[in-house]
Amino acid sequence: MQKVFERTPSIKECHTHYCPGCGHGIVHRLVAETIDELGIHDRTIGIAPVGCAVLAYNYMDVDMVEVPHGRAPAVATGIKRVLPGNIVFSYQGDGDLASIGAAEILHATHRAENLTVIFVNNAVYGMTGGQMAPTTLNDQVTSTSPQGRTVKHDGYPLQVSEILAVLPGSIYIERCSVYNPAQVRKTKKAIQKAFQLQIDGAEGLSLVEVLSPCPTYWRKSPVQAMKWIEQEMTKVFPLGCIKDTTL
Amino acid sequence: MSEKILMCGNEALSEAAIIAGVDAYFGYPITPQNEVPAYMARRMPQEGRVFLQSESELAAINMVFGAAAAGKLAMTSSSSPGISLMQEGISYMCAAQMPAVVVNVMRGGPGLGNISPSQGDYFQATRGGGHGDYRTIVLAPGSVQEMADLTHKAFELADLYRIVVMVLADGLLGQMMEPITLDHLKPIKTKAKPWALTGAKGRKQNIIKTLLLQGNELEVLNLKLQEVYRQIGDEQTRYDTYQVEDADIILVAYGITSKITRAAVSKARQKGIKAGWVRPITLWPFPSKVLTELAKEPRIFLAVEMSNGQMVEDVRLAVGGGGPVLFYGRAGGAVPTVDEVLEHIEKIMLPEVMKKA
Ligand SMILES: Cc1ncc(C[n+]2csc(CCOP(=O)(O)OP(=O)(O)O)c2C)c(N)n1
Repeated sequence: MQKVFERTPSIKECHTHYCPGCGHGIVHRLVAETIDELGIHDRTIGIAPVGCAVLAYNYMDVDMVEVPHGRAPAVATGIKRVLPGNIVFSYQGDGDLASIGAAEILHATHRAENLTVIFVNNAVYGMTGGQMAPTTLNDQVTSTSPQGRTVKHDGYPLQVSEILAVLPGSIYIERCSVYNPAQVRKTKKAIQKAFQLQIDGAEGLSLVEVLSPCPTYWRKSPVQAMKWIEQEMTKVFPLGCIKDTTL
Repeated sequence: MSEKILMCGNEALSEAAIIAGVDAYFGYPITPQNEVPAYMARRMPQEGRVFLQSESELAAINMVFGAAAAGKLAMTSSSSPGISLMQEGISYMCAAQMPAVVVNVMRGGPGLGNISPSQGDYFQATRGGGHGDYRTIVLAPGSVQEMADLTHKAFELADLYRIVVMVLADGLLGQMMEPITLDHLKPIKTKAKPWALTGAKGRKQNIIKTLLLQGNELEVLNLKLQEVYRQIGDEQTRYDTYQVEDADIILVAYGITSKITRAAVSKARQKGIKAGWVRPITLWPFPSKVLTELAKEPRIFLAVEMSNGQMVEDVRLAVGGGGPVLFYGRAGGAVPTVDEVLEHIEKIMLPEVMKKA
């Protein structure tokens, strides 16, 4: 019998702590597959964020460090500057990257650090119980926007990828999602490219934003959550390549 | 013969770090330590090492974290407000047992304060500074020569104990120039770092983390850290004394105030007052034992600081009920003069002399 799919070596054989229907597991797998397919397992160093993915090192079998909330791009900079031959990636949520760590990602990009950033946007703070994030949509109900987010009170959802794309230090930025198999495959391609650019020593930062479901704090079933990404989230966060200087 | 060179404290510590073998410097501008990043920006690339100006002190300490996690010798320097911003990162690094050196060239506070010398960050430096139950080794240079020597020592200790070492100086020590020698300093011998993140080639994955959720693993880490701290206390406590044997009054001071108080002690001796002097070189671990010993004889202790009284608390803890512990200090960027300290000694000792007579 022909084997058509198997666990990639850089993902561990274990249960995760993620809720049913969470997108982090899919994104972990795509990152691990990419690492194995590109043959960079032996020189890859990952940064786990503060957020639901804090335990990413329990699932991804590469060297990893867990860092203060939002500071992953600074830690990644420290590593990459002293080990330029290694492949360094950060894995960050939207609270981590777009809120408390906005300065760090902006400046890592502005310095054109040769890094790969996986940015998982689930429009809420998952780990702390579903509070409003800068990426929360207008009218979206969270524990800290119980009547739904309003522009008057909390402003607009923050489009970090578009902001970073303005900076000459970013070389590749794509927004993807995992709401259906076709989108998962596109996400994989984007992640591969973001790592390949670092391997090639391209001068600048690559970032893949992944719109990812949080059924628990969206108060939706896993299927409804996937639909909500497709129908609502993509209106505010349009999918596609935002910037590619390599074309 | 060792060559004498004229350098300011900030430059001296920078060159000493380079000699020790620092692989990477990260920092953000703040007075009165700007000579450090300027020196490093010029010298580190000459040595083929990393210099990077960060976007903030938050970023700087986390870049240090990254470089340390990669197994390299890294440092940052700043002054009081910037050091406050670094505290979260220092706590993480101490939890993860990352070796690194942090230099604080203290300035007047609180708040933005001023850019004059101060010793107002003693509490912050010696009590951990950030959240959680941890310590950093704190070294207090008392001269430009020691800015170099103790920064060099800081790398040795950081690497040896896998701990953050703070060099606690002040604006005066940073700015003033003295002839010093560097010839005696050599690259430090670093320990093997099997825990470092280098890519999991031919070995299992390395993980550096500080979230410990399972059972009592966080308590186990805490106990392990406390054991390291106890060992450091036993092995690394440093201090200096001057004319303490027969002293009726002992001045306790560190850093630049130790220079001032030592001169005041000499002058007091000329006036027939039996004054002595203890200078803590490690502020943590604090040299309590020497003070406890000295307090066995009837003596007065006078702590002198450029603060409103911080180290004096450690002196009181060490002296216990052994004798009166008094305090003289200037804060907000003011520096006590030798005569001011002398006057204070006389004020205390004349009634004492009268009482004895
Ligand atoms: C300095 C600091 N502030 C706040 C927290 C609490 N905290 C932990 S995770 C988190 C939000 C994470 O949200 P996000 O980055 O969106 O990731 P998700 O959990 O949704 O995957 C917050 C606020 C913290 N650990 N540290």
